[in-house]
Amino acid sequence: MSAVPRASAVALLSLVVLGTAAVTGCAKKSDASSDGAIRVDAADNSCKVSKTEFPSGTVSLDLHNKGSKVTEVYVYAPGDRIVTERENIGPGTSASITAQIKAGAYEIACKPGMKGDGIRQKITVTGANAPKPGDPRLDQAVASYRKYSQEQADLTIPLVQKFADAVKAGDVAAAKAAFAPSRVGWERTEPVAESFGDIDPKTDTREDGLEDGQKWTGWHRLEKTLWTTGKLTPEDSTLADQLVADLKDWQKRVGTADITATSMANGAKELLDEVATGKVTGEEDRYSHTDLSDFNANVDGARKAYELLKPVASEKDPELSKTLDTEFADIQTLLDKYRQGDGFVSYDKVTEKERKAFSDAVNALAEPLSKLAAAVAPAK
Amino acid sequence: MGGADAAGTHGDRSTPDGPAADGPAPDEAADEPTAERATGLSRRAVMGWAGAGLALGAAGGGSVAAAVSGGSDSGTTVSDGAIAFYGDHQAGIATPVQDRLHFAAFDVLTDDRKELAALLKEWTSAAAAMTAGREVGQGAVDGLAEAPPDDTGEALGLPPSRLTLTIGFGPSLFEQVDADGTRTDRFGLRARRPAALVDLPHFPGDSLDPARSGGDLCVQACADDPQVAVHAIRNLARIGMGKVSVRWSQLGFGKTSSTTPDAQTPRNLMGFKDGTHNIAGTDTATLKDHVWAAPGDGQDWMTGGSYLVARRIRMHIETWDREGLKAQEDVFGRTKGEGAPYGKQRERDTPDLARLPKDSHVRLAHPDTNGGLRILRRGFSFTDGTDGLGRLDAGLFFLAYQRDTRKAFVPLQRRLAANDALNEYIQHVGSAHFACPPGVRKPGEWWGQALLG
Repeated sequence: MSAVPRASAVALLSLVVLGTAAVTGCAKKSDASSDGAIRVDAADNSCKVSKTEFPSGTVSLDLHNKGSKVTEVYVYAPGDRIVTERENIGPGTSASITAQIKAGAYEIACKPGMKGDGIRQKITVTGANAPKPGDPRLDQAVASYRKYSQEQADLTIPLVQKFADAVKAGDVAAAKAAFAPSRVGWERTEPVAESFGDIDPKTDTREDGLEDGQKWTGWHRLEKTLWTTGKLTPEDSTLADQLVADLKDWQKRVGTADITATSMANGAKELLDEVATGKVTGEEDRYSHTDLSDFNANVDGARKAYELLKPVASEKDPELSKTLDTEFADIQTLLDKYRQGDGFVSYDKVTEKERKAFSDAVNALAEPLSKLAAAVAPAK
Repeated sequence: MGGADAAGTHGDRSTPDGPAADGPAPDEAADEPTAERATGLSRRAVMGWAGAGLALGAAGGGSVAAAVSGGSDSGTTVSDGAIAFYGDHQAGIATPVQDRLHFAAFDVLTDDRKELAALLKEWTSAAAAMTAGREVGQGAVDGLAEAPPDDTGEALGLPPSRLTLTIGFGPSLFEQVDADGTRTDRFGLRARRPAALVDLPHFPGDSLDPARSGGDLCVQACADDPQVAVHAIRNLARIGMGKVSVRWSQLGFGKTSSTTPDAQTPRNLMGFKDGTHNIAGTDTATLKDHVWAAPGDGQDWMTGGSYLVARRIRMHIETWDREGLKAQEDVFGRTKGEGAPYGKQRERDTPDLARLPKDSHVRLAHPDTNGGLRILRRGFSFTDGTDGLGRLDAGLFFLAYQRDTRKAFVPLQRRLAANDALNEYIQHVGSAHFACPPGVRKPGEWWGQALLG
């Protein structure tokens, strides 16, 4: 990750807070609310919406749980970006949501038991400037990638909790062992995490990336303590708790990230950029020397994005797709040579000559990967 | 390290060894820009400031005049500061020496001969475009918004600046020798290695860094504008990613040789003119005898090509500066001001070797001391900042072209390494040897086609 919040990542995967993108801030009263809210009846096996087409503007949804399980209701934009949602609606109870929704195609999902993709209903919000529907394969790719990002955040939480618990218990050896695994999910999906501009500076900043007045928190501060003095203090316990809390914030917000096929492709390239500028040089994990674990996770995440985009990319640019298949395989072969136990060889044991080989492999992959975005960009 | 590894690791496989001074200093050079203006949009036209004036402005006075006039076998010319890419010989050898250098040596990463050939084709077309002042591929600003531009863009608006790109093939391309001595003929080229492309021997005093030595391929980029030269190497390296990797590269900021008979010899960082009798780019007969490989010399694919020796020669600048003027002049055997050999008036006056100190550089390097051997010098001064002790990391990046290295650089350097008074102030820290094939004669042909096609 980057020491400094990366403007490019933020631009590409711009954070969607209420008020941008599909949720408009322009509050024009819509007919939907003038003739009453839209009713959603969420049952265990169905999700009935009273209207599947309504004008853009302020939209109110009345949610009724008709089933036997606790449910939740989401409004998704293409690519499963969460526009708005309501959780924890008990059986037989009601709730409501009000949101500003721009013209376009959406889906309402009821999730009995609060899990899975839910039961979906397509809806159309009418009005000016509705975006042209994109290639459904790309929408599918984005939805799958968002799901992957969510899974990575979900699997990170217990791992980072284990790391934090060890720190709080003063168990330096256990904390060291838990450090690299706690970063894998984050490193795999870092461009998404970085798109929330406020999380990365708290969790993944290196000491030299601090801005004036910024308090140093997160993984790398604990890394320094563990691998230099090895003396854990009560302040470290506070830092460990904060790291868990900050990452839970990330876990909660992944669904709202603005992800497009192009930003996925650029995100994959950025993961390799991270490797080229931070991992190959050994700067990322300069105390623990667990750089290869992060490196491998970055490659995992880039490959995932590529694999999801491949159906479209291989059609538009078969040669590029062929090259990427080869280069992803080659870099994995190289990385696999450095596996040791559950992790990887300590990077301070990797010679300059071997680092050059890593650098060459990264260049060989990143250069064609930089052309992936154009191969999946919407036609003009 | 040193000579011992020369034969061995992939890293320094083509590295020779040997110390010596700034190398030989032969005669004059010639150059024959061949010409042929490429068509297509120039960077300047694209920018909307067409007009030829700037091109000349960018170049140093003397060299420009020479560039415009140098006639030769293939063509002619130079306009708007472009030097013809196509011709019987590669440009950048006999071409009047440009002001700036970016030299890069590459390791070939792929073991696939077809992939190597495909890269050389791609490089050739990019080189033809850049030397004509055109952008690479679809250019720097005309491609898709989502895609990185084909051309990196820093030369937009700049004239061709007499850019030349010259390729060479190192010994390790023909046979890779690993650290354990294993020899691999990756590309089926072992039998085609020219005998003249020797592994350079260790010369006394060599202190060669494997990381600055050897290479499977090299590209010499020379231009009157450093940005144009750097742009060229950067774009070729980028095109090559995954297939080749830059092993080392060197910037040169000031030419130290002239291949133009009427131009003054530029000074090196010791403040001296050296190699005043370089081979002139217009001296077709001497070029034929001493620079271009001829039919019957060995491998046919090299006919019309030339062998390049590159040596990074560090100068001990601070100790040199403490030397008295007379002692400095004795080291070279010529005056510091005019550059005249002892007993003569002008820099190009024929030296009376007997009047020069026995260990002086001019005396030892002169063709008359060396059975008439000649090399074409094309070196550049370099300064890579300072080292950890605050000393200038500076010297001469020595480049010499010859018809047969075994009969030119090797014996000359043996003599210099053993005897040259200059050795006290210099150290050879990098070394490489390349076979530079003949020129690409027309569009559609490519660098190394006769070897790999």
